[in-house]
Amino acid sequence: MKEYLKIAWRNIWRNKRRTLITIASVFFALWLALIMRAMQTGSYKHMANGIVEAFTGSIQIHHKGYWNDQTLDNTFEFLPEIATKVESVDNIKSAIPRLESFALASTGEQTKGILVVGIDPVKELDLTHPDRKLVEGEYFSGASSNGVLVSSKLAGFLRLSVGDTLTLLSTGYHGASAAGIFPVIGIVKMPNPELNRRIVFLTLTTAQELYAAYNMLTSLVLNIEDTDQLVKIKKDLTALLDDEIYEIMDWKEMNPELVQQIQSDEYGGYIMLAMLYLIVGFGVLGTLIMMTTERRKEFGVMIAIGMQKKKLGLILSIEMLFMAIVGVAAGVIGSLPVIGYLVNNPIQIQGEGAELFESYGFDPIMPAEFDLTYFISQSVVVLVIFVLATIYPVRSVLKLNEIKALRS
Amino acid sequence: MKVIDIKNLHKTYYESEHEVHAVQGINLTFEEGEFAAIAGPSGCGKTTLLNMLGGLDDPSSGEINIGGTDVSSLKSSQRINFRLNNIGFVFQAYNLIPVLTAKENVEFIMHLQGKSKIERDARTKELLEAVGLGDRMNSRPSKLSGGQQQRVAVARALASKPKFVLADEPTANLDSKATENLLDIMEKLNREEKITFIFATHDARVMKKARRVVYLEDGKVLRDEVK
Repeated sequence: MKEYLKIAWRNIWRNKRRTLITIASVFFALWLALIMRAMQTGSYKHMANGIVEAFTGSIQIHHKGYWNDQTLDNTFEFLPEIATKVESVDNIKSAIPRLESFALASTGEQTKGILVVGIDPVKELDLTHPDRKLVEGEYFSGASSNGVLVSSKLAGFLRLSVGDTLTLLSTGYHGASAAGIFPVIGIVKMPNPELNRRIVFLTLTTAQELYAAYNMLTSLVLNIEDTDQLVKIKKDLTALLDDEIYEIMDWKEMNPELVQQIQSDEYGGYIMLAMLYLIVGFGVLGTLIMMTTERRKEFGVMIAIGMQKKKLGLILSIEMLFMAIVGVAAGVIGSLPVIGYLVNNPIQIQGEGAELFESYGFDPIMPAEFDLTYFISQSVVVLVIFVLATIYPVRSVLKLNEIKALRS
Repeated sequence: MKVIDIKNLHKTYYESEHEVHAVQGINLTFEEGEFAAIAGPSGCGKTTLLNMLGGLDDPSSGEINIGGTDVSSLKSSQRINFRLNNIGFVFQAYNLIPVLTAKENVEFIMHLQGKSKIERDARTKELLEAVGLGDRMNSRPSKLSGGQQQRVAVARALASKPKFVLADEPTANLDSKATENLLDIMEKLNREEKITFIFATHDARVMKKARRVVYLEDGKVLRDEVK
């Protein structure tokens, strides 16, 4: 084997320029593919986090039918044993209660339909960290705090600042009228632009009072330890809770548009990568055809003097493998500093581009993500391309007619 | 002892839909230790006969028996193994493996045979010294002259200790001095190692040196002269 490795290694450097061009094509294809995947996965994660970590959480428990008919009449009573039961499931850190509804928000000059979210000021700190999103003012001082936190875009629209008052008008539980005037104690910037345009936070107690939905919840948001265990957690919860009363939904079910947007973008990315690899694949195949044709006589001589065709095929395969390994290694190493830079310095979209992002409900930022999975998958794709391209020369050698080859 | 026994050998092939009878009913035997030339004008069937003797080409009919084996009955991979262990080849254009040194080229055959490193090293040194290239063992073919490359090719052909060596126009690309030198070496090795050498040639210098010359014409044996 050592002899074959030696011959293969020397063979690939017989035509240095051609080998370097082949390796360079693999390098650039992989380099581009890795950076592209890093940007894509980073952006998807950022988009998902913008919704999941900042608002919906990974899993929510509702009253059955709430998601399709989001009214206060579809709330459920917050029984302490429910929270205890849910928190006993593996991988669930805590169950965070919420009461969500809609209201008309007014400052006198401006009025807008908004989302009102009643939160547990302490428990919410473990999941969505609203305190960290404060850009002005302060967080709720306690469960009975009567103030509101207003999202920054909404505050801008309503021309609100800390210390101003906000009037909320809505319909409460079982048709009761809901109205209240609340002091603005803080302005928060939500990472999801859509939420940032229309959200107001109250404490859970205040929200329940506003809507006359005492001890009622629209959702129990679950803070989970390992998002990869989503399916298992959901299964465990299903076994634990009465499905006639409750519905359990993960973030993908609650955000189908986002999932579709990510998927369609991802498919677009795959098509781009497929085209890139197709070009590289044909380039590699062209090199191999040239290499095989040029060395036809040499192959004939080697078989004539006693080398089995299979062994010759092995040498050719090793040559291809060497080129692939060098190209893949160069591509991976070359992409690392670029991806590392983009992970730490996400691209900030400015101007009209930023507006376009926001119009789709996304934060105008393109972070990269370092994930071993795409390094492995893209490297494997390149190796598979080489393996497929190697079929041609190996097949040619196995079918080689010594006499014709010696005469060539 | 008979090394090669050829009986009623025919080879017909088609060229642009025309039937070409390259070899027509040849009967020949070659004994151990012969130093023979197959001579004749271009197109007389020398190379075709040599290719069939080497198991590179199949006869249309007839039989080639080498040391008791009917070569044409062997499968492709068996035939390659048979060549490896029984036949040495010297080509007109040397055809050394360009990425290997002189030493590695000679060693390569023994490597394919699975011989040990000690055995390979000893035989390689012995052969390269015998062809006068003991000091050029680590040179690649591109650094050697045509004559030197052909001497390496002879050493390579002998490395496997074959029953016979087939040399197709081995001197065609060499000048007089290199030709004389190469023929002297091959004759010496023929005498010392008792290996049969069969040349396909139209080079008068080779025919002069050969102890037996088989003249072919139109695929038939015209005359068979033993000196």
